[in-house]
Amino acid sequence: MASVLLHRIAHARTGDKGNRLNVAVFAYEAAYWPYIREQLTPERVLERFRHRGASNVVRYELPRLQALNFVVDDVLEGGVNGSLNVDGHGKTNSYSVLGMRIELPEKLAASVSAP
Amino acid sequence: MSDTFLMGCGAGFSGDRVDAPQSVVAAIAASGKPGAIMFETLAERTLALGQLARLADPEKGYDPLLYAFLPPILPICLEHGIPIISNFGAANPPAAARLIRRQAESLGFSGVKIAVVSGDDVRGRIDLSLLDLWEGDAGAELRQDEVIAANAYLGARCISDALNAGAQIVVTGRVADPALALGPLVAHFGWDWHDWDRIAAGTLAGHLLECGAQVTGGYFADPGYKDVPQPENIGFPIAEVSADGEIVMTKAPRTGGLVSTRTVKEQILYEIHDPSSYLTPDVILDVTGVEIKQVGPDRVRVTGAKGRAAPPSLKATVCFPGDWLGEGEITYAGPNALARARLAGDTVTKRIHMRGLDVDIRLDMIGTQSVFDSDAFDLQGSFAEPVSEVRLRVAVSGAKKELVEQSVQEVLALYCCGPAGGGGVRTRLQNRIRTASYMLPRNVVSPSFTFLDGKGS
Repeated sequence: MASVLLHRIAHARTGDKGNRLNVAVFAYEAAYWPYIREQLTPERVLERFRHRGASNVVRYELPRLQALNFVVDDVLEGGVNGSLNVDGHGKTNSYSVLGMRIELPEKLAASVSAP
Repeated sequence: MSDTFLMGCGAGFSGDRVDAPQSVVAAIAASGKPGAIMFETLAERTLALGQLARLADPEKGYDPLLYAFLPPILPICLEHGIPIISNFGAANPPAAARLIRRQAESLGFSGVKIAVVSGDDVRGRIDLSLLDLWEGDAGAELRQDEVIAANAYLGARCISDALNAGAQIVVTGRVADPALALGPLVAHFGWDWHDWDRIAAGTLAGHLLECGAQVTGGYFADPGYKDVPQPENIGFPIAEVSADGEIVMTKAPRTGGLVSTRTVKEQILYEIHDPSSYLTPDVILDVTGVEIKQVGPDRVRVTGAKGRAAPPSLKATVCFPGDWLGEGEITYAGPNALARARLAGDTVTKRIHMRGLDVDIRLDMIGTQSVFDSDAFDLQGSFAEPVSEVRLRVAVSGAKKELVEQSVQEVLALYCCGPAGGGGVRTRLQNRIRTASYMLPRNVVSPSFTFLDGKGS
């Protein structure tokens, strides 16, 4: 297996409602989908946002869209009306998730652009 | 299948590109098919800003960009029978309608039928202590006597009824965003309000349209990975909807942007939590079975939305006065920039403490670590040196305006008292609004519409 940046094999979009964030992650190709589905667990995503106060992550699977939708609770320091973050909506956080890494079989990983 | 309705979108938020609607209505008019255009301009707290504007001036409180959005497209819409539906009425739909009438008259159109939807404003009609809190800003002490605005999310029925009564323009306050598309679709196709799968399809079309360019290549580009042609000229979306609820997402010809399975996927799940249960006033939408397929250049077919009976309650957003947010920024560049920026942040923090200013403080090193960090600055150990330049941001919040103002002034004082070579100070002060959402029993809310000349339902 070889580790690749999720950003190389998936795209994502973030939305906010109050103090709750959703991050939807979409596999670029069908070949990547099983590995993303297996490894991008709600536990890992919760760990990614733990320092922001995230309390819970629910993951919804959409196999037809080859997508995962993560709903992250209490992550926006009170939301856009209370946070001191320059991005109070948390809109940039799709790229925090895309900064995570996924293990792919060597052959498949070699077909993905570096790094 | 030949009977398709072209539902276009001219704005996805207040502050959107003001020239975007023009290619949308031109494409609908050129198609020779029936169609309508929606504008979605109401964010959660926009209504509170509108209420405050209305308190200051009874003829204000609608979307401040209304003057710019409509005049360029009014003639073509009125001449080709393309209704305009929008929540740009915000806190004052009747005043918005009067402004639109004046705009139409100055362009030579008199007697335009403008409908005003009301019933969303429930301030004074609700008791917060009796309602279920749905979601809201953490830590807010929510007091009934401080409510600035309270608005229920209305469904599409009044919009549909107004169009069936001949409205050329429908002005609303708070409605569920997808209702701006569902209303015209139901008015055109005569769908039964309990035909849940069709109501779901119309709602999904509205959901895909409501953020404007976000489904046609806006908020999408990632150079080298997701490239977008002509991002300076993105064509806003048009949903071609058929009587059975099949949707083809597309955009006007000869515009930039793109409609692909990827742009559509990203928007399907935008701001959705449980994809099997997206609650709207008109239907519970399930997108888990949705199939999407590229059926031509910039044409994506979307099918398979499922619906269940609408929920028994309506969501209402209530706005309260918030605290004061102050921000000050300063840039350090060249050798040792990060160390100088850190010293500056440390200095401002000490000054605020020395002066006993009771505020919450956050520091950002913009360019190295900012938006992914917490208010507690947890990630500071992960900075990668050296940086060629960094912008220190000091953000403070507090209940008292003068304390926040004095704290921010300490950033300005870095010019003479701070580390060497700081420049480009900007400061900003903002009074914030808190919001909370509640579930209201439907019987508290009585939606209706009236025409600007007084007739209605």
